[in-house]
Amino acid sequence: MQAVREGSDYLLQMQGICKSFSGIPALSDASLRVKPAEVHALIGQNGAGKSTMIKILTGAYLRDSGDITFNGATANFTTPQRARAAGISTIYQEINLVPFRSIAENIFLGREPRRFGLIDWKRAQAEATRLLAGFGIEVDVRKPVMECSTATQQMVAMARAVSVDAKLLILDESTSSLDDREAERLFGVIRQLKAEGRSIIFVSHRLDELYAVCDHVTVMRDGRTVADSPMRDITKMDLITTMLGRALEKVILPAAQAHAEAPAEAGAAGAAAMAAPFLDIEGVSAPPKVRDATLSVRKGEKVGLAGLLGAGRTELMRAMFGADPSRRRAMRIDGVEVDLRSPLDAIRAGIAYLPEDRKAEGIIPGMSVRENLSLVLYPALSRRGVIDRKKQDEVVQRFIRRLGIKIAHPDQPIRELSGGNQQKVLLARWLCTNPKLLLLDEPTRGIDVGAKAEILGLINELAREGMSVLMTASELEELVAAADRVVVMSDGSTTHELAGGQISEAAIMTAMAHDPA
Amino acid sequence: MRPINIFEQISNMNSKFHALLSPAPSKPANTSRLARLAQLPRVWLALAALLVFNIAFTDNFLTVQTFNVNLTQVATIVIVALGMTLVVATGGIDLSVGSLMAIAGTLAPLLFLGIGGPAGLLAAFVLPLLATTLCGCFNGWLVTRWRIQPIVATLVLYIAGRGIAQVMTNGQLQTFSNPGFQWIGTGRVLGVPVQVIIMLVLVALVAWVLRATLFGRYVLAVGGNERAAALAGVPARRVKLTVYALSGACAGLAGMIAIAINSSSDANLVGSGVELEAIAAVAVGGTLLTGGHASISGTLVGALFIQLMRYTLLAHGVTEASALVVKSAIIILAVYLQRRG
Repeated sequence: MQAVREGSDYLLQMQGICKSFSGIPALSDASLRVKPAEVHALIGQNGAGKSTMIKILTGAYLRDSGDITFNGATANFTTPQRARAAGISTIYQEINLVPFRSIAENIFLGREPRRFGLIDWKRAQAEATRLLAGFGIEVDVRKPVMECSTATQQMVAMARAVSVDAKLLILDESTSSLDDREAERLFGVIRQLKAEGRSIIFVSHRLDELYAVCDHVTVMRDGRTVADSPMRDITKMDLITTMLGRALEKVILPAAQAHAEAPAEAGAAGAAAMAAPFLDIEGVSAPPKVRDATLSVRKGEKVGLAGLLGAGRTELMRAMFGADPSRRRAMRIDGVEVDLRSPLDAIRAGIAYLPEDRKAEGIIPGMSVRENLSLVLYPALSRRGVIDRKKQDEVVQRFIRRLGIKIAHPDQPIRELSGGNQQKVLLARWLCTNPKLLLLDEPTRGIDVGAKAEILGLINELAREGMSVLMTASELEELVAAADRVVVMSDGSTTHELAGGQISEAAIMTAMAHDPA
Repeated sequence: MRPINIFEQISNMNSKFHALLSPAPSKPANTSRLARLAQLPRVWLALAALLVFNIAFTDNFLTVQTFNVNLTQVATIVIVALGMTLVVATGGIDLSVGSLMAIAGTLAPLLFLGIGGPAGLLAAFVLPLLATTLCGCFNGWLVTRWRIQPIVATLVLYIAGRGIAQVMTNGQLQTFSNPGFQWIGTGRVLGVPVQVIIMLVLVALVAWVLRATLFGRYVLAVGGNERAAALAGVPARRVKLTVYALSGACAGLAGMIAIAINSSSDANLVGSGVELEAIAAVAVGGTLLTGGHASISGTLVGALFIQLMRYTLLAHGVTEASALVVKSAIIILAVYLQRRG
């Protein structure tokens, strides 16, 4: 690998970057400086500008102003191909691989080794196997990528970056869908890449991870760079404070306090209501993932659904919502037997479902914020098939205000919003229908601390007002903070239940690890 | 009689329909007029350019006759393209429309000739429409119930439909003269051909439906992200079935107009090639074939553009054969420019 040209300490320098969308500034005078052979963390709230910064670096967007220097030369990447050719590779959260093609094909896509003009698959496969072995992975490189786990797919994407000799790799939220063991393996690969002299920009919301693997951190807030420091010189508390611009205590604690106070309140005033289950399911099975699940959610109760990746939490929620066919011994709402066969049935029964993957199952990308927000409510907003624009505008404005969604105006295309704001729009989509039960699948995935606290606070408020909530979260500390009761799933069945004081990260992990008694 | 200024007519149409047909703007309204002109979809500008060219270089262009001839020829394609736009908006495609035109165009004369009298006339207006709508439902059923890819599903009727039409008439040509039925093809109201009025009414209606009704928004939601729409309670299957049925209905109407104009019906020829003309109009007009977005005004202007181009080439002595090649080249260019825009 080439050494960085002399006269510069930095592999990458971005200074004074500005970018606006529809008149709203996403970046104002942002900067980022990465040294060679450095693992550099890039953190900030959603909407702080991290993704925009990266898209400008990789040529997906064009900056309005500012300078970029890469590898000693001025860089003006007008297309992603140019950035890749210069040695910058990105591994996105939504992995850019061709699902039907094999691992080897994906690694060499567009650069297949040739022999006498024909593609030399033997060499491609051997090379691909070697690359992945270098990461400590043994897998059949002829397997289609879609049959691999997310963790393996990420390794494939990184192997591709290494095979093009990338000098700078950008890992965008790579660990969101990984469990601890897989994340640790990823860190091993990162350390190895660093030893090879490559640099890595690591974008993540999981602050603990940063201390495990990063050397340096850049914090962004509201489109500006607000901190640029070696990892060892800044504490986690400082990071959060810098990201939010105010102390964490003021943000997380009120939510936690409200949670602590709530049982006392509920105990006094709503004991009767708390006792009656709103939703009761027994023996739900939805092959292949859900085997035998039983749980109940009371009015105003927040139930956390915990389990390892693959335990069947998402599949259970989908079955409860009628999105997948299922069999069950019993399903009761408010004590009455129901048979929900489709999402429409569930919606009419007062159930709402916020899916895990907002890009694939949440937003309608071509539509505006207003349309996405009103999607479920449309039938109620129309008279004899014609939509009542005034009513629609009123509802939309009300919920934009209530959830604090940051947009230029309601007709802005939803794909221009940050992940956190998109999630708020999706939440508003359901809240405006006044549901009685909220099924939230990873509601805070890929969302920063500030928005997370807002959403968790909102969930608390809704529960206090009588809404039942069933939520999953891979970050156990969220479940511990938010849930009144935790149901643990393992291999498709509900195995344990923890209530009140029993709930702790350790207890949940123990339950996840053990087979049912 | 003073030749009516085409430009005036078009710009009147423009302002009336632009307001009705454009989607809600996301830019502030107080930009300069020149800037706003530049924001118009490319195909409008292309059409305007072609008009200017013709006004300057084609003899007798600015006449009512030219106006009528062009709009008449384009009316059937626009009607079919309306249904096609809806289908494409859901991410599908309908290759069967030409054959469905043949079915309607073959069935109608059989009815008004065979039954005769006012009953025959009524049947000739109603039954072919019903038949092609049912064929559309068949397409929709294959797509939604059996999850067959639209291009393959509609291929079935593309092939079989014309065969059905030929079986109905034993492959024979039908010629007729029935002023009652042919009114939709040859009649005029205030000097404007009836099919042009039908076309304009339908364009306005479909544009309104897409913009302001529950069904219209559902069509775009299903095309934009079907999984998300289904999870949000949108009856995706019913919406898709309906758009294919509507496409069938449009094709039926167009088939009846086509034979009314020609006073004859040949199962082999009615609607021949129309499916591709309609798809071209939709694509040139800016509607994405991947779904989720639809521009009815674009489809109208796209069809007008293609028609005017054919007319321009003919008027300047380009043979029909070469005209086809030139036409295809310009369509490719138009779509390319649309995508870059």
